[in-house]
Amino acid sequence: MSLEQLRGKLFYQGLLLGGVALLTSAALAFASRATEADIKAAEAADLKQSLAQVLPGEYDNDLLNDTITMPGEQGEILVYRARRAGKVEAVVYRVAGHGYAGNIVCVMGVSREGKVLGVRVIKHAETPGLGDKIEPAKAKWIFDFDGKFLGEPPLEKWAVKKDGGVFDQFAGATITPRGVVKAVKGGLVFFEKERSNLLDEAGGKS
Amino acid sequence: MNEKYARIARDGLWNNNVVFAQMLALCPTLAVTSSATNGLGMGLATTAVLLLSNVIISSVRHLVSAEVRIPVYIVLIATLVTLVDMSLNAWAHELYKVLGLFIALIVVNCAILGRAEAFASKSGVADSALDGLMMGLGFTASLVVIGGVREIFGSGTLFANAHLLLGPAFAFLETTIVPDYKGFLLMILPPGGFMVVGLLLAAKRVIDQRRAARASHVAAEALAT
Repeated sequence: MSLEQLRGKLFYQGLLLGGVALLTSAALAFASRATEADIKAAEAADLKQSLAQVLPGEYDNDLLNDTITMPGEQGEILVYRARRAGKVEAVVYRVAGHGYAGNIVCVMGVSREGKVLGVRVIKHAETPGLGDKIEPAKAKWIFDFDGKFLGEPPLEKWAVKKDGGVFDQFAGATITPRGVVKAVKGGLVFFEKERSNLLDEAGGKS
Repeated sequence: MNEKYARIARDGLWNNNVVFAQMLALCPTLAVTSSATNGLGMGLATTAVLLLSNVIISSVRHLVSAEVRIPVYIVLIATLVTLVDMSLNAWAHELYKVLGLFIALIVVNCAILGRAEAFASKSGVADSALDGLMMGLGFTASLVVIGGVREIFGSGTLFANAHLLLGPAFAFLETTIVPDYKGFLLMILPPGGFMVVGLLLAAKRVIDQRRAARASHVAAEALAT
């Protein structure tokens, strides 16, 4: 029987589909095996890089493996801890606020004194040209948080100027910075509340 | 023989352009062309997949029954895209961070299946490779033009952030066309994409009609003499 005739047979088509599915699945499984370790390493390097942005200074521990999970207002918060000579000097965690278009996810670093070391937006869907000034590539606004803590400005001043606070809003976009300010403020309140646990001072359970 | 290759190239680049003649792949086109750099990234990633998928499908075309060809092509293309996605993520991670978004979108690009069905399933491997390359380059050129127009009107720049995609050596491409431009948001948002695609489509029609008119004019004169 020639290939021409064979191609019209039902059993050939079934075998063909099965064969293609088997081959492609095998290829994918093999590729997944081959790339898994490299992808993990690359993603860990990415994470390290993004953590380093909000964590100026030198630390001597492996951040990615020194984590603690704490209950926060919006579910569990994974906290990375940076140590120097065994002592927790700073912590890094994610906070999220409501923007104009969905959640704005930020990563923030806080020193053991409770000061903001840095904030970066890692995910948002705000309007390009208006709300995206929260990205450091577009505007310097996000650096306004550096060095601030609860008390400077005082708690009730942690808001955009329109709401009586100290942080600038953008022309045409108030909801976006409002969401970020609220998220960072929430992050600091969380830090104050869980301070002893985060800094590993509640009986040293590490 | 050369005539045939020239025709394949002309078809891919202009006459049968993916966006402006076949009107395929409009979803990724409108989604990513908010800047020329994004258009270029999407275009290059698609070109690579199109070339590979055309070659693979052309080389198995005798084995595949007509009745089940569509699912076979879809599975092959989806696998190919996933393989490209995984290997870029693992071994070219910097590039992946820029292109990652586009690669997943290629799966929904009907132009790939369109070329598999319309060309690669009926043609030899070399022809199909050339067709994939030319269709991809035509697609890339369309996206860069659409993205460029939207970027100039929308944010006053051209090829902003090109160094992220192509490396620091290409930073010279980044130009600010209008300094201190306040931005024209409509062009960056999806409606601007529709408008630009519509206007460019009209422009291509005008050019094609003029060329056809001139060609028939020349032919008539040749006949008269």
